[in-house]
Amino acid sequence: MRKLFSGAEIVFKVLEHHKVEHIFGYPGGAVLPIYDELKNHKTIKHILARHEQGAGHAAEGYARSSGKPGVMLVTSGPGATNAVTALTDAYLDSVPIVCISGQVPTHLIGTDAFQEADTTGITRPCTKHNWLVKDVKDLARVIDLAFEVATTGRPGPVLVDIPKDIQFKKTEFVLKNKKKVNGKANGKVSISEIDKVISLMKKSSKPIFYTGGGVINSGPEASKLLRELVSLTGFPITSTLQGLGAYPGDDPLFLGMLGMHGTYEANNAMHDCDLMINIGARFDDRITGKVDEFSPKSKKIHVDIDPSSIGKNIKADLAIVSDVESFLKFLNKRFKEKNKDFLNSNKSNISKWWKDIDKWRQKKSLNFKNSKEVIKPQYAVQRLYELSKDKDTYITTEVGQHQMWAAQHYKFNKPNRWMTSGGLGTMGYGLPAAVGVQVANPGKLVIDIAGEASVLMTMQEMSTAVQYKLPIKIFILNNQYMGMVRQWQELLHEKNYSESYTAALPNFVKLAEAYGCVGIQAKKPDELDDKINEMINVDKPVIFDCLVDPMENCFPMIPSGKPHNQMLLGPQDEEEISDEGKTLV
Amino acid sequence: MKKSKSAYSEPGKFGKSENHIIVVWVDNEAGVLARVVGLFSGRGYNIESLTVAEVDKKKHISRITIVTSGTPEVIEQIKLQLKKLIPVHKVADFKRNDPKILFKELALFKVVSSKKNREKAIKVCKKYNSIIIDKSKNSFVIQVTALRRDIDKLIETLGSLGLVSTSRTGAVAMTRGSEIFK
Repeated sequence: MRKLFSGAEIVFKVLEHHKVEHIFGYPGGAVLPIYDELKNHKTIKHILARHEQGAGHAAEGYARSSGKPGVMLVTSGPGATNAVTALTDAYLDSVPIVCISGQVPTHLIGTDAFQEADTTGITRPCTKHNWLVKDVKDLARVIDLAFEVATTGRPGPVLVDIPKDIQFKKTEFVLKNKKKVNGKANGKVSISEIDKVISLMKKSSKPIFYTGGGVINSGPEASKLLRELVSLTGFPITSTLQGLGAYPGDDPLFLGMLGMHGTYEANNAMHDCDLMINIGARFDDRITGKVDEFSPKSKKIHVDIDPSSIGKNIKADLAIVSDVESFLKFLNKRFKEKNKDFLNSNKSNISKWWKDIDKWRQKKSLNFKNSKEVIKPQYAVQRLYELSKDKDTYITTEVGQHQMWAAQHYKFNKPNRWMTSGGLGTMGYGLPAAVGVQVANPGKLVIDIAGEASVLMTMQEMSTAVQYKLPIKIFILNNQYMGMVRQWQELLHEKNYSESYTAALPNFVKLAEAYGCVGIQAKKPDELDDKINEMINVDKPVIFDCLVDPMENCFPMIPSGKPHNQMLLGPQDEEEISDEGKTLV
Repeated sequence: MKKSKSAYSEPGKFGKSENHIIVVWVDNEAGVLARVVGLFSGRGYNIESLTVAEVDKKKHISRITIVTSGTPEVIEQIKLQLKKLIPVHKVADFKRNDPKILFKELALFKVVSSKKNREKAIKVCKKYNSIIIDKSKNSFVIQVTALRRDIDKLIETLGSLGLVSTSRTGAVAMTRGSEIFK
């Protein structure tokens, strides 16, 4: 007779099969048999979070910084419902997560048993797919399939719900060759599509590359190929929030981030271009603004691995369903074959376009009025960048003004170095994400650029960082407000700052000490550099309380419902900018 | 500049809404209908009617027929989003007025009325492959198979003839000729 394994053993056997080294989780009654089995699997290390949401964001940070799927393990009921925010976050930002949840024993399902929730029902809209395993014979196949679904095509979270009795039940362990998942993943690019792309590129006198998180998700090779393509063409390139790092942030061909808080040059170039080459971005509403007036004069090429992303918000003139890496490999090869020295021969064709762009650039839309008295948040990010750029630094963020300032002023030169919650906009993402990033990248500098409101949502994970000696740096731009909320209230709700001020903030330095890590506070611009260096050099988790100008707003911005060429550059031209913007176009 | 108070853009122009019939072949597994229906409700698509049953006992394939309406862009999204679901094998989309497609819906009507009105009722149903499947002293149950709009009309007509209960299946669809949808 063949050897029999319990459901809990099978869980680990499949995790080992997929070379999982870390799981993020939190034990509880319905998942105890799996936790019991943990001790027998030395290659798998469990990171105990302080809340399942924290475990989920840590798994996300782990996945996004390593390219491997993040694995989380939670109990039934509240364990699973606490994971929902992180799963939804991963769903919107296409992060591969495999969540294993315990469930009450099968005979109690549907009886409102202790810690019972309809986990597959609750997580159905926020996962790519989920399974409730009611027969231990299905378990190995389902978990194996879960990894495939999470990591292929457009990546995303999946959940496997395992009732407690199934974790105990025994069966043989076999991993059969699985059937192909209904052909969800692959689009093959044809040579005629590639030639169409090239012909559009050659005809264009105002081209722009608009690239997104799909380039990062496709793997580091895709970023290399993107750099090659841009250098072959000399076309300007802009990136979404999620795509930062795919192309070097300090390169002259890079126009900076586009969108609601993107640069003046990126947004105007998007508006005025005659050819938009979208590679791995999804025309999110933070990018397009009013869709009727979005880039009215351009032909649009849209390359996306998810067919449903193409044409969802913006109609594409040429739609290509493909993984970014295989698309770029094909395109670059063909482009080089067909066009010798395109860069120089095409220079005059796009020189006028670059002149336009330089004119927009001269606006210096990221500029701000610095101060000697009070730390400006933009200045703090700039100093943090200057003092950490020579190290291979990983940045996570929370959500709000500080996130946008980080995106604007921190320049990324490599993919997988920038982890931020873009689609869902989850406050509290950055700290636990930093935990996961540090687990995946020991010895690297990991900084969470945070806001004091966001970071309080998941502050408990500092305890996780201390437990596993993860020297993450929580760099809080503390303005005492939910800054982005306050900014909207100032600009659009007659300065009625309804509930956006936090009246009783903790003493972050003492809080750091209470957690057993290091607390640092900076109040004045002239002490900032020394203190940032101190933060970087200490080999412990740090909470850095950077007191910044509480009334600073994040500019430039596209006011809601406006097209890209009507940006607000700063407080002074809040009213006039639309006309001024128009005359420039 | 007129200020919008929203962090979101204002709606753009809407296209013209069309009626479509979407046919989805799915693995007949637990929760699959919830996935399909949840996709429609979660993304704000319409469902006018929905019919589902297993059609392949060996492979456990169910066929779901959904009558929906939306702009061409929305219909396209419905198809693409459905195809992303793991248990979905294929998705077909037919325009309501496509002559190559057969649409049928089955309805049961219970009519309780005078003899005269019952006779009238039977007469109006006659055109639609009607079968009387139950009869009593003052009532009958009649089964008709027809297009949706004909059934809509019948319900209206029968209203004054003693219609007390209606049950309808929702539309099912099939292509004409020897072709099948692949």
